[in-house]
Amino acid sequence: MSTPPRATPAERIELAHGAGGRRMTELIDGLFKRHLSNAWLERGEDSAVLARPEGRIAATTDGYVIDPLVFPGGDIGSLAVHGTINDLAMAGARPFALTAGFILEEGLALAELDRIVASMAAAAVAAGVAVVGGDTKVVERGKGDGVFITTTGLGEIPPGVELGVERIAVGDVVVVSGTLGDHGVAVMSRRAGIAFETEIVSDSAPLHELVARMLQRVPGLHAMRDPTRGGLAATLNEIAVARGVGITLRADRLPVRDGVNAACELLGLDPLHVANEGKLVAFCPPDAAEALLAAMRAHPLGRDAAVAGTVTAGPPGLVELETGFGGRRVVDWLAGDQLPRIC
Amino acid sequence: MKYVDEFRDGRLARVVRAQLEAEVEPRRSYRLMEFCGGHTHAIFRYGIQDLLPAGVQMVHGPGCPVCVLPVGRLDMAIEIAQRPEVILCSYGDMLRVPGSGRRSLLKAKSEGADVRMVYSAADALALARAEPDREVVFFAIGFETTTPPTAVALRRAIDEELSNFSVFCNHVLTPAAITSILESPEAREIGTVGIDGFLGPAHVSVVIGSQPYESFAEEYRKPVVIAGFEPLDVLQSILMLVRQLNDGRACVENQYTRAVSRHGNLRAQRLVSELFERREDFEWRGLGRVPYSALRIKDRFAAFDAESRFAPAERRARENRECKCPQILRGAAKPHDCKLFGTVCVPENPIGSCMVSAEGACAAYWTYRRHETLSLKA
Amino acid sequence: MCLAVPARVTRLIDDEWCVVDLGGVRKDVCTALVEEVREGEYLIIHVGYALGRIDASEAEQTLALLELQAEAREELEGYAP
Repeated sequence: MSTPPRATPAERIELAHGAGGRRMTELIDGLFKRHLSNAWLERGEDSAVLARPEGRIAATTDGYVIDPLVFPGGDIGSLAVHGTINDLAMAGARPFALTAGFILEEGLALAELDRIVASMAAAAVAAGVAVVGGDTKVVERGKGDGVFITTTGLGEIPPGVELGVERIAVGDVVVVSGTLGDHGVAVMSRRAGIAFETEIVSDSAPLHELVARMLQRVPGLHAMRDPTRGGLAATLNEIAVARGVGITLRADRLPVRDGVNAACELLGLDPLHVANEGKLVAFCPPDAAEALLAAMRAHPLGRDAAVAGTVTAGPPGLVELETGFGGRRVVDWLAGDQLPRIC
Repeated sequence: MKYVDEFRDGRLARVVRAQLEAEVEPRRSYRLMEFCGGHTHAIFRYGIQDLLPAGVQMVHGPGCPVCVLPVGRLDMAIEIAQRPEVILCSYGDMLRVPGSGRRSLLKAKSEGADVRMVYSAADALALARAEPDREVVFFAIGFETTTPPTAVALRRAIDEELSNFSVFCNHVLTPAAITSILESPEAREIGTVGIDGFLGPAHVSVVIGSQPYESFAEEYRKPVVIAGFEPLDVLQSILMLVRQLNDGRACVENQYTRAVSRHGNLRAQRLVSELFERREDFEWRGLGRVPYSALRIKDRFAAFDAESRFAPAERRARENRECKCPQILRGAAKPHDCKLFGTVCVPENPIGSCMVSAEGACAAYWTYRRHETLSLKA
Repeated sequence: MCLAVPARVTRLIDDEWCVVDLGGVRKDVCTALVEEVREGEYLIIHVGYALGRIDASEAEQTLALLELQAEAREELEGYAP
């Protein structure tokens, strides 16, 4: 009797891959675990058991729904790792564990998923953080954008680090770690309906080591945020409103790459509203600003660090920009995404 | 960026500013209207009004095709988009504008309509070629700058007999709108609100040339300076207007000589007149009915005219009576004069046309200068 | 109302399309509305179409005039008592 022919391996995600049966195990063992491999994942338990860190624990959760899935400078996999690490880093935490839940759309090419998971694994390894747990579900064709990833991140905050918006004071110097708008422009350049060619790549990167250096040099740093969706404008507006302060920026001090300026000119966008994925904005007591800048510029991810502006007494909740022409204008807090315009 | 950065030079700007200070006659007021929304945007973006001497006031005109598109026309676009066979292609500017009942194209999309943002009419054409089983409708808006691109796409569709492509045409005309402002009751009254001169739209003029403005200068004795969009262009043009007014001259001057000629782009003009003709009148949001101010596709090409193909119901939406957009668009009032400004009417919830697009006067004030404007209201 | 930018023609694709460069960003644009487009010249681009060209000598003249005025004023301020 001849053995039945082996079924040809699937090339695309099918509903069975999320059903909890043999196909799902094959997917996890054959794809996910090939790239993401560590002691916790090898054990394959329902939960990862971690040693309790000495310091306070920072926890964050994030969702990634980007289109396109792969873009110049990264993809949804590496983005998920970097973005989660960055949220922890903004609290001054050293990330020590990540988990990732995947919602896969029926029909997604396995080769694409493989690439994304490989990229996620590489990003985690490079950042020195383990992905200790994961989950996979599959939704019907048409009900997902290829892949959605949700992450949880855990980090340990060293003693003495106290960062928070409530510490921001009038007179604080607002420092950005580098050029603005790179990620948003890189992603847009690949979107149907706007596609253009550019050398701009996403700045997607993990900032925890830069942050560690910054805190070493300036332990009294007041606060940090990573300006992702909505750009620097959204982040600063949130803070100005939350803290009841004003923020004044200097247009000629904001670091923006030529290619980002050009893409924004072409589409009628303002770089202040364009997303970043490897940048932070720090609020620093004025007498420590020079030291902070020096520490940042000594790190590869902070080379283009610059003083963007200052925190003022008001009008409270308002972010203003000195245009470099002697004029001023308000930097608005947009209700939604900035859209390209013709007018 | 060449031909852009040089015209943003702060040092040269300070010089023009100093000249303005020196030449503006004391105790004389200069009310200058920048017709075009792009100029409004530039003025706010660079804080140019902060640089002008006290006597010079900029009045923001209706040159914003998004702002002046009547709600009824947007409702028609939404109705077309809701047909299951239609893919409606639109520029980004129109997607969030609320039509009747707070519906917008984006809302219609969330309810299942196939609405897609395009950067160019050519993208809509490409879509029609790629999706022969769907009806691709291009939502065409804009002044004379944007009409020739629509014309090129339309010409291609006609030549290729692309039977699944059509255009919903809402193109409008600048000279007619300027006339409507000059003919408005407020503008004609002596001793009340008036406009002394115009900053003419640069890119519209690349297409139509400087010649169409000559009649305004002659008939209404108002100087017009065709101004580029960079801050230096704007400042220099304002200086040129001030000089004309000081000298008692009223003619058309071209500041944007690097791209504008007297006759404009004849090829573009010819293509447009081949495919489009003027509507007898068109309802402008805020300005009311303006004769011969808009274009429609010629009957010969009705097969490519979305209005003929889909016959969307003509609607007339009613504007809020408290809304002061009609006066604001004509330069007779400022945003803070309107009760609704900043209270009910904000960019996320625009009541009237001036708040609808980022470069409408009210939206610009709210976005860029609201702290001043609100204290003026108080 | 019209967002248009000057961009340099880097390559002609055919008699109706070319590639332009603006500050390092490249895009295909339609040249059907402008006659005899040449590599290296600057076109005014609006919604993916060239509407006209930049006259380099006029641009230089506009700037030169401004520059002259700047120098004159700076001299004047230098001589101010």
